[in-house]
Amino acid sequence: MEQHLDTGASDYVKGFIVSLILTVIPFYCVWAQVLPDTATYAVLFGCAIVQIFVHFKYFLHMEVKTSEGQWNVVSLMFTAIVVLILIAGSIWIIYNMNVNMKL
Amino acid sequence: MFGRLTLESIPYHEPIIVVTLAVIAIVGLAVVAAITKAGKWQYLWNEWFTSVDHKKLGFMYIAVAMVMLIRGFADAVMMRSQQLLSAAGESGYLPPHHYDQIFTAHGVIMIFFVAMPLVIGLMNIIVPLQIGARDVAFPYLNNLSFWLFVVGVILTNMSLGLGEFGRTGWLAYPPLSGIEASPGVGVDYWIWALQISGVGTTLTGVNFFATILRMRTPSMPMMKMPVFTWASLCANILIIISFPILTVTIALLTLDRYIGTHFFTNDLGGNVMMYVNLIWAWGHPEVYILILPIFGVFSEVTATFSRKKLFGYTSLVWATIVITILAFVVWLHHFFTMGSGANVNAFFGIATMIISIPTGVKIFNWLFTMYKGRIRFTTPMMWTVGFLITFSVGGMTGVLMAVPGADFVLHNSVFLIAHFHNVIIGGVVFGCFAAITYWFPKATGFTMNETWGKRAFICWIVGFLMAFLPLYALGFMGMTRRLSQDLNPEYFPLLAVAAAGTAVIALGVACQFIQIYVSVRDREQNRDLTGDPWGGRTFEWATSSPPPFYNFAHLPKGDVLDGFWYQKQSGEFDPTKEVEYERIHMPKNTPTGIYVSAWALVFGFAMIWYIWWLAAASFVGIIVTCIQHSYNDDVDYYVEVEEIKAIEAERRAQLEEAKKNEVKDNEKKDDLEVTYAN
Amino acid sequence: MQTNVAAHDHDHHHDSAGNKLFGFWVYLMSDCVLFATLFATYAVLESGSIAGPTGKDIFELPFVFVETMLLLFSSITFGFGMIAMKRKDVAGLKRWLKVTFLLGAGFIGMEVYEFHHLIVEGYGPQESAFLSAFFTLVGTHGLHVTFGLIWLAVGYHQLSTKGLNDNMSMRFQCLSLFWHFLDIVWICVFTIVYLLGVM
Repeated sequence: MEQHLDTGASDYVKGFIVSLILTVIPFYCVWAQVLPDTATYAVLFGCAIVQIFVHFKYFLHMEVKTSEGQWNVVSLMFTAIVVLILIAGSIWIIYNMNVNMKL
Repeated sequence: MFGRLTLESIPYHEPIIVVTLAVIAIVGLAVVAAITKAGKWQYLWNEWFTSVDHKKLGFMYIAVAMVMLIRGFADAVMMRSQQLLSAAGESGYLPPHHYDQIFTAHGVIMIFFVAMPLVIGLMNIIVPLQIGARDVAFPYLNNLSFWLFVVGVILTNMSLGLGEFGRTGWLAYPPLSGIEASPGVGVDYWIWALQISGVGTTLTGVNFFATILRMRTPSMPMMKMPVFTWASLCANILIIISFPILTVTIALLTLDRYIGTHFFTNDLGGNVMMYVNLIWAWGHPEVYILILPIFGVFSEVTATFSRKKLFGYTSLVWATIVITILAFVVWLHHFFTMGSGANVNAFFGIATMIISIPTGVKIFNWLFTMYKGRIRFTTPMMWTVGFLITFSVGGMTGVLMAVPGADFVLHNSVFLIAHFHNVIIGGVVFGCFAAITYWFPKATGFTMNETWGKRAFICWIVGFLMAFLPLYALGFMGMTRRLSQDLNPEYFPLLAVAAAGTAVIALGVACQFIQIYVSVRDREQNRDLTGDPWGGRTFEWATSSPPPFYNFAHLPKGDVLDGFWYQKQSGEFDPTKEVEYERIHMPKNTPTGIYVSAWALVFGFAMIWYIWWLAAASFVGIIVTCIQHSYNDDVDYYVEVEEIKAIEAERRAQLEEAKKNEVKDNEKKDDLEVTYAN
Repeated sequence: MQTNVAAHDHDHHHDSAGNKLFGFWVYLMSDCVLFATLFATYAVLESGSIAGPTGKDIFELPFVFVETMLLLFSSITFGFGMIAMKRKDVAGLKRWLKVTFLLGAGFIGMEVYEFHHLIVEGYGPQESAFLSAFFTLVGTHGLHVTFGLIWLAVGYHQLSTKGLNDNMSMRFQCLSLFWHFLDIVWICVFTIVYLLGVM
């Protein structure tokens, strides 16, 4: 992971610039209200997901070339799946609970 | 100065508690006096309390669990007797405010302070040995985890003499556990005991996951690991992923109680149902944390005592992995009746039924392992057979309740109680007893007494069936859980059977204490001199009993499944041979885990009793101690070759003695063998 | 493994620093689930604001943008510090650590200001479920960053007492994982809490 520090500054600078762009775009979209709501949601989530990947690749140097890197990726993917299940599941469950059980 | 702590907090009005406290004080003082008289405090501190040796930590986990089993069982006896009296028309001796604390404490103690430490203790002792490692990846954290667990035990037991425990059930649902309905210290004891020991458990998860993945003897690929290790790996994955959910959920309840937030209140937007949702998102993986390593135990025990290779290793591994993943998509089956509707209930009901399939696969694998094996019905094997029967019944009742429609009838009835006791006792507890009996010689150097072990088993299985089968019927008859007053007299006959069953279980527990006493008394006759008393198949049996503190002078070759077994057959395993040794790198003992935990204990206590200055000070104490520890570089050392030579020479001497005894023993062969001659 | 025992042991094939790095990564996975639970709680309770303000009423995007920039910049400054560390340039590492600390402290300062301002206005965490969830989610992230700052400071000091040995190098790599991970969590926070909250 972080052990391959020989990538030098270029990775960080690349990652930084892309992250900057991916931050400015959603902020601008919401602040200036240039798009309809659904499109804005798409931009927000899209930029966030891409920026997360950018961080993983350029700041955390995640790769699948080494066995260690592979285990890091596998554990991250498993965690991500559980995170998704937990958040989506909770939203779905509580939404249904609220419809049936709350005022 | 002392927050809300006053002399009135000591329950000297309650005779039962006063008597209990007196007994605890007398026994406690007696133990302290005995240790002082024997001058063993320094020894205990140096060799055990500050130890980072996984074998010693595991042993201590199990010892504490056994003590807590007594308290949990006492709670059970009290509940059974109160219900029986009530069904007979008496008011009994436990008013609701006391009874409710008992069933809460019973659940908390049995799950968190008996079952979890038993399982974690077993993993601690055995996993590094099975993978040919010399210790876990993070020995200091291992020690810290143990002491954080002890803090949880202390806080829970402290509530008996100072204040009260929660009256909310073991999962403390709001709004009952909120500050308005439970303003006392009871729920706060629950909160801090679980939070602090929960940190320890999470650290254990990280520790063993890293250990199994990175510290195996170099030649051992993952698909040649013993099944117990695989099961432990999956259980630790579950710990890592599920315990943070518990941490957050309890923290949110804490915020509601301490600063008046509205996560789980009925007003200002709070949502009580979210608590139930989150706590079970942790709670379901939790039960798999308990049972998966036990499935691993049964795999080892079955193969060893059938003297046959485990049937279907690959399918067992994959079944375990599948269970690990599916464990995260079934949690709603704990609250079908909360009102999420047909679609949601259907999804989780079906998922729950699916998760029973890999478990079924395992049962068949164990049965096929036994089929045409040369079975020896030793105590561990008897516990295993007991498990196969009772767990199957319990599992099936679970699948029944996975049908949402059926669950609407049975939820929170004693049918549910019967089901989970069925799988936890028939599964986890029987498995722990099998494991303890199986690995006892490895840990201590002498075998347990077989006669008392078998008596204990008979009492337990008869007692268990008597105590819990009636509850299935009572559930259908409409008896709800957690009742203590004005019980329907119709319940009396079955409750009487259940109470009798509890008495039989008590006999079983007594047999186990006698078993321990007799085993220790007769230890010279039952010495395990070879290190391999059962003819084992995995590498923990390649060491002496008990193993040297560094486990292996030379790391074993693990490129073949059941490698140890085949190395024995081929003659490749020859511990009598003298070989060259090299220095061994080992971690040093440390008191830091105790210090951090001591601060944590004070912190928990201060938070419970609202002693804010003390809470702040102890919190700072935790941080400062941790930072201090990070400055310490003196954490390891090398074991010199001379010391290794001496220890290994002692082992060879033991093997010599074993050979001599073998000649004598062959003359009086013990015939517990079952062969399929017909 | 640790610094004292520098001699190479034939049986000691274990990459101890690698073990610690991997163990730390695994701990971060558990931290992911911790934040996921907080996000799930926020998602469910966010509509529980009848008694008080909604996100639209209290979030100020320019303020949040500056916070985001502080954190993002601190990520690359830490990265530059790691590059200096690899080159064994201790002075350079210390410089970048100082800058990172300042940026991180700036972030925390702004967040404390925001929280204080909200509480003083009567929009504290006790006022509604939405506010409870907001303060807890964002506050937990802030607590993690604060802990990272303490770690930074202690590590900086230990560079003077221990120098840059293998152990210190491994610890900074762990801190690096931690720091970048917190920036990733912040991406989720500003998107889901602030940007969605203002719409």
